[in-house]
Amino acid sequence: MGKGKTKSINMIDARGRSCPEPVIMTKDALERHSDGTIEVLVDAMVAVENIRRFAGNHGFHVEVKEVDEGYSLLINR
Amino acid sequence: MRESKGKIVATGGIMGLLAAILVKFGNPVNMGVCVACFFRDIAGGLGLHRAQVVQYLRPEIPGFILGSFTIAKAKGEFKPRGGSSPILRFILGFFLMIGALVFLGCPLRMILRLANGDLNALTGLAGYVIGIWIGIQFLKRGFTLGRSTTQPSATGYAMPIFSIGILLLLIAAPTFIYFSESGPGSMAAPVLLSLGAGLLIGVLLQRTRLCTAGGFRDAILIKDFHFLWGLIGIFAFALLGNVIFNFESFKIGFTDQPIAHTDHIWNLLGMALAGVTAVMLGGCPLRQTILAGEGDGDAAITIMGLIFGAAFAHNFGLAASAQGVGQNGKIAVIIGFIIVLSIGFSIVANVQKQSLGKNSKEKGGLQIG
Repeated sequence: MGKGKTKSINMIDARGRSCPEPVIMTKDALERHSDGTIEVLVDAMVAVENIRRFAGNHGFHVEVKEVDEGYSLLINR
Repeated sequence: MRESKGKIVATGGIMGLLAAILVKFGNPVNMGVCVACFFRDIAGGLGLHRAQVVQYLRPEIPGFILGSFTIAKAKGEFKPRGGSSPILRFILGFFLMIGALVFLGCPLRMILRLANGDLNALTGLAGYVIGIWIGIQFLKRGFTLGRSTTQPSATGYAMPIFSIGILLLLIAAPTFIYFSESGPGSMAAPVLLSLGAGLLIGVLLQRTRLCTAGGFRDAILIKDFHFLWGLIGIFAFALLGNVIFNFESFKIGFTDQPIAHTDHIWNLLGMALAGVTAVMLGGCPLRQTILAGEGDGDAAITIMGLIFGAAFAHNFGLAASAQGVGQNGKIAVIIGFIIVLSIGFSIVANVQKQSLGKNSKEKGGLQIG
């Protein structure tokens, strides 16, 4: 958990979380940093789809990258 | 977006039609596919409870798990994982089953009952939505069962192998397996049809992630109606299927509905208990079954809780019957609420204490305000 903080303040680690926690964590982060870019780490395709749908519905752009043991989602306006 | 909406409605639609077809070919009326009822029947078949009318190794359930397993493997989504509050998941699964068996059906059967005119399911639906709303209040306050982590591959294979074991026992039918001779447990579509329908549903649900709790939860929590459209698909096509295939049993009303009772308050409370536990678990029994096929050990433990709950419900007279809900069932639902809500409050208190600790550390131990 602590490691993410040194990389970027806007990084959310939602790996291993049950539905719908990754979406709630993304929602909270977007409310706090609506102008910037946030990066969300998840480890299940269902979380990628749910976050992409949520962010898309709210006018955000989402870029998905495959990373070690999961996915990284870059979300911005 | 439009394409994905079509896909989720079609998935629900296929499930609804298959449910109606399974009833046509022998499954109990309004129970074409019911996850709670079928785990209960499996518990009975294995002799974990001795309610003689609900004992059968339903092949639909191994079908769900193996369908999900196969497609998850093919798509690279099979991933052994677990370790997220297993004992709490077991307890929540246990009480989810108690709530479902007091109502007489899981949330999926609630939709199927409604699609055959059983208006008691409307009371159940109201309860389910109330339960989901309560679950959401916990989620908003930071409720979590914690992270799952990667597990040894044996964890992921546990439920697929369990499913194969159930199918082998069904086919071999040794004398220590119980098969109902009367009642709902004796009503069954041919094994291959049930298994085929289960496999197809398993594949479709693994791909689309459809979840009955997710449908209402996401609509309320984040105004996302994606999964709700899937549930509408189940309802619409089960209704259509019932009118086409099972018209003789189609009846709109509250009384004399098959395998149902009219204790409205307990229909509501039973499904409310199912709703709150399903949200805390991150998915309804159907979704847990699909996740178990993908290698999710937490979902597997939840299923063990469901089976244990079903066995308990029939051994101690907690489950309802067409006559209504007995004293024990009512007490069990109340105890269930006390325990489940206590788990919710205790986790939220822990999470808030932790985040308070983290904040004060970041501020050099200085509390502001």
